[in-house]
Amino acid sequence: MAAYLIRRLWQMIPTLAGVVLLVFFLFKASGGDPAEVLGGLNASPEQVDAIRQQLGLNEPLWVQLWIFVKQIVTFDWGRSWATNEAVSNLFATRLPATLTVMLPILVLDTLLALPIAMAVAYRRGSLSDRAVMVVTTVALSISFLVYIIVGQYLFAFQLGWFPVQGWSESTLTNLLVYVPLPVLLAVMVGVAPQTRLYRSFFLDELGQDYVRTARAKGMTEGAVLFRHVLRNAMIPILTNIGLQLPGIFVGSFLIEVFFSIPGLGREVLLAVNRSDFPVIQAVTVYLAMLTMVINLLTDLAFKLADPRVVLK
Amino acid sequence: MSAVPAPCGARDDAEPKSEGVWHAAWRRFRGDRVGFWSLVVVAAFVLLIAAAASGLLARDWQEEVGVPNAPPTLLGARTAGPAGAGAIEAPRGPDVDLSDIDPLAPRYGEWDERARQYRTQESPKQETLPFGGDRFGRDVLAKAIKGTEISVFVGVAAALCATLIGTLLGALAGFFGARVGDLLEWVYNVFESIPNILLIFAFAAVVGRGVESVVVILALTGWTGMYRQVRAEFMKHATREYVRSAEAIGASASSRMFRHILPNVSHVILVRMSLLAVGFIKAEVILSYLGLGVRVDQVSWGTMLAEAQSELILGYWWQLATATLFMAVFVTAFSLATDALRDALDPKLRGLE
Repeated sequence: MAAYLIRRLWQMIPTLAGVVLLVFFLFKASGGDPAEVLGGLNASPEQVDAIRQQLGLNEPLWVQLWIFVKQIVTFDWGRSWATNEAVSNLFATRLPATLTVMLPILVLDTLLALPIAMAVAYRRGSLSDRAVMVVTTVALSISFLVYIIVGQYLFAFQLGWFPVQGWSESTLTNLLVYVPLPVLLAVMVGVAPQTRLYRSFFLDELGQDYVRTARAKGMTEGAVLFRHVLRNAMIPILTNIGLQLPGIFVGSFLIEVFFSIPGLGREVLLAVNRSDFPVIQAVTVYLAMLTMVINLLTDLAFKLADPRVVLK
Repeated sequence: MSAVPAPCGARDDAEPKSEGVWHAAWRRFRGDRVGFWSLVVVAAFVLLIAAAASGLLARDWQEEVGVPNAPPTLLGARTAGPAGAGAIEAPRGPDVDLSDIDPLAPRYGEWDERARQYRTQESPKQETLPFGGDRFGRDVLAKAIKGTEISVFVGVAAALCATLIGTLLGALAGFFGARVGDLLEWVYNVFESIPNILLIFAFAAVVGRGVESVVVILALTGWTGMYRQVRAEFMKHATREYVRSAEAIGASASSRMFRHILPNVSHVILVRMSLLAVGFIKAEVILSYLGLGVRVDQVSWGTMLAEAQSELILGYWWQLATATLFMAVFVTAFSLATDALRDALDPKLRGLE
């Protein structure tokens, strides 16, 4: 176990180096001159040059790369070019809002999709199976945007069941007042693809020999489904949830934009529109790290959940 | 002795030629009613797009042919009061003659003269349009057709580019393995470890705006799935007998990769590419909505939805409905056709997803 852990951590280093290089050269190659972005339209050549000096843009490329790496390691990215807020402060203030919205979405998505998928897979080929498949296909073809636009208009503006948008200081108020509508809309959209995917996992398992054996032994259908099929299907399902986990830290930027939730996704989008490179770079690099760590933890969780899994 | 194969010349009339993969797939595809009719719908859209691209249809989508926010014809013209609630009433009462105190009064005559040199033409604005009008009075139907052209073009072009990148890299990694494989696997891991949205945003921050940029962004961030699948297929096929035999008769590496293996995995690539196209069409809509996509002087489903949001609050729902309708019909048909295509090409997978 320890050997595995060390090797996995060791393997992360080249990938991480790749992420750093990718982000560095991406913004170096085509990002335009940051000094001119920062200086604004009225900056004199001397001012632009001073900024270049300050950012180390006159140094050779490898020195700049070294500065970049130092920023990553020390968590000191300086300040946002647009708002002058410390970049390190961004994570502390924006991440809680994102998680407040995304965690309920992930939990509800999974809890709803599992039983539907199981029921549909069990009655494969029946009318309800086909109906669910058709509904999910059509539901999937409509852009998430439309659901949010119409949902916000209908439930918040017309019917007044929820506030149109907003956010407060207290997590409880947020959860009870501001989060329900975004979560409802996201779950409505998220359940369809999730159901289709889980259905295919259940179908895979239902076709296995052990299911026939269990039935031949005279086990009840409930026992077959819940004791055998569900537990085996949980492996791909958990993998899928593991794949989604990193996403909850970025958040659904669309939801955050529409409901003006001060989360990380909206912050990155604002940064893109303002050419606020330090913010984009910092979020990209750290979330890549986080993704790798979460993937490692998911793999370890598998070992605990399924004794057949051999880590290598 | 019966096991000895018949001489080549005699075989043709002895037994019927076995069906090719694509032939068999087409036969199965035609048998799938849903898939077949979806393909017909997609073909109709392709004709529509061709007509829009060649200028036969919706060339003048920017013309302001109707009154602002003209309702759809089915609803009839707007009856409630004058043109909208925000209209300013014309002043009543006699005109006051200010020429004795107005310092500009001596030039009134000159200006009247100059103004007479220009003719203003009042073009008749239609009260209603088939699918309604937007806030400038542009025909929503024409916009939707033109938007279809751009949105589908972006999706398909980006899918083609991503397929090209993914297939090439996947083929190299799967076929050669070793050093090349490790290197490409590293690149793949780097791209995979960054959450997709962030990767798109990072590329969008540096690439800029416009249709071509969206294609570039989506292609450069979306090739990884294709790479993974093609690599797996190439690894599987590289050790197969027919590839070894090709090697034995002196086929070069590139010939084995692209003349022998590629045709045998092309169905996998085709299905994956269709899935990519659907995903990219949806992504374009969202990027354009966020202002990272097509420019203001172009129209796509995404920009239509972006305008629709503020219209909806005022009660003008038709642009939203039209864009959604076009997108829903096309994407549903395309997805169903893709499903049918996959079933036809790989019968083992039928009905699994």
